[in-house]
Amino acid sequence: MQPREIINTIEFNLIIKRLAFELIENHTDFENTVLIGLQSKGVFLAKRLHQVLTEINPDLNLDIGFLDITFFRDDFRRTDKPLVANETNIDFMVEGKKVILIDDVLFTGRTIRSGLDAMLAFGRPSLVELLVFVDRRYKRHLPIQPTYVGKVVDSITSEKVNVKWQEVEGEDKVLMYSSEN
Amino acid sequence: METLSVNHILGIKDLTKADIDLIFSTADEFKDVINRPIKKVPTLRDITIANLFFENSTRTKLSFELAEKRLSADVINFASASSSVKKGETLVDTVNNILSMKVDMVVMRHPNPGAHQFLSRNIDARIINAGDGAHEHPTQALLDAFSIRENFGEVQGKKVVIVGDILHSRVALSNIYALQKQGAEVMVCGPATLIPKFIGSLGVKVEHNLQKALDWCDVANMLRIQLERQDSKFFPSIREYTMQYGLTMRHLNNLKKEIIVMHPGPINRGVEITSEVADSGQSIILNQVENGVAVRMAVLYLIASKINR
Repeated sequence: MQPREIINTIEFNLIIKRLAFELIENHTDFENTVLIGLQSKGVFLAKRLHQVLTEINPDLNLDIGFLDITFFRDDFRRTDKPLVANETNIDFMVEGKKVILIDDVLFTGRTIRSGLDAMLAFGRPSLVELLVFVDRRYKRHLPIQPTYVGKVVDSITSEKVNVKWQEVEGEDKVLMYSSEN
Repeated sequence: METLSVNHILGIKDLTKADIDLIFSTADEFKDVINRPIKKVPTLRDITIANLFFENSTRTKLSFELAEKRLSADVINFASASSSVKKGETLVDTVNNILSMKVDMVVMRHPNPGAHQFLSRNIDARIINAGDGAHEHPTQALLDAFSIRENFGEVQGKKVVIVGDILHSRVALSNIYALQKQGAEVMVCGPATLIPKFIGSLGVKVEHNLQKALDWCDVANMLRIQLERQDSKFFPSIREYTMQYGLTMRHLNNLKKEIIVMHPGPINRGVEITSEVADSGQSIILNQVENGVAVRMAVLYLIASKINR
């Protein structure tokens, strides 16, 4: 079966713009706010949001960092897949900052749990918000909820949601794969 | 996929280039971790590691212990000087007794070459070699190559001379394997009595003149004279050795290009290297020590991922 397109390119970019405006609504000039994208695909979303926010306000001075959660995962030695680390690049202090944690898909919540742990190694933020592009609701293993959501999707566990990025796959869209794929 | 091809780190000889690349890319991330405000990750919190040192060590033991603690592993230490080994217990018995306390990994230094191979066939735990006699010292070679890579961007094509007591050095053998697997050229330099006869078969160059060796190389790795392993006289006196093979600023100033100077430690200042050189800008000796922790974290992490639950 062909994967189903659940967000097309036009919707994709509208959602990013909407998320950017929602952030402006809550953070106004982003003084004391930082963006942290989770490796690997949350990084693309963080960069894209940063780009849109800078287009809206060219004077914006907003720090952006990338966080790898590999060493904080709870499934080390529990999967057959080896856990290979990605780069972490946070060249600012998180202490006392308002952090917007960014990932592409929220599913079980375990990645975000690891991300929260990993982030605390850089200091104690004053506030943490979660922004996700796709929220697969009713699938949480942990009590974690997003502050900003691109699109809510109902899915079953065996399905897979995959966000495609212009930078990597050449096209912005979100696909849902059923269990047979 | 991206996992090591081995279940234990017994020697560099068993590793592939892909293994070394994976260890280095993992170590890059751990180097980042140990420079954060909180220098610790929780990855190995359910792993217990025994550090068994049947031979003296300062740097390696501290470096391994720090690496283990930064990965949140539980650590127990053992030194043969204060143990029942002196009462006649065999190696397998000693280690099995320790393992029955539910230990998952063993980091061991032992005076007998091949002790780790022997142990890996007889016990059920992951083993990391922290030096076996004059055979191999794999994590030292990895951190040396990692430091070269950090300095030059890559190891491929670099010319490295290892100077000193090659005959009694486990660092030399492991370095030769590691550097060649990464595509570097290796030369050994020292008095003929301290260069093993078979060394040519490993594909390394041999040079007995220090200045000529330095002219050729990008990196000079200076080794200590291992008097404790020498059962007879290999050179007339320490003073004569220093005159011929001690690295001084005069040597470095005579070179057309700037080389980097390494030393696995412990340094005998004024013997194989002068204080001036050891403390100069061309020396990366202390970087090696810092990289040692990151590289050992990478090795422990990658081997621990192979422990069955």
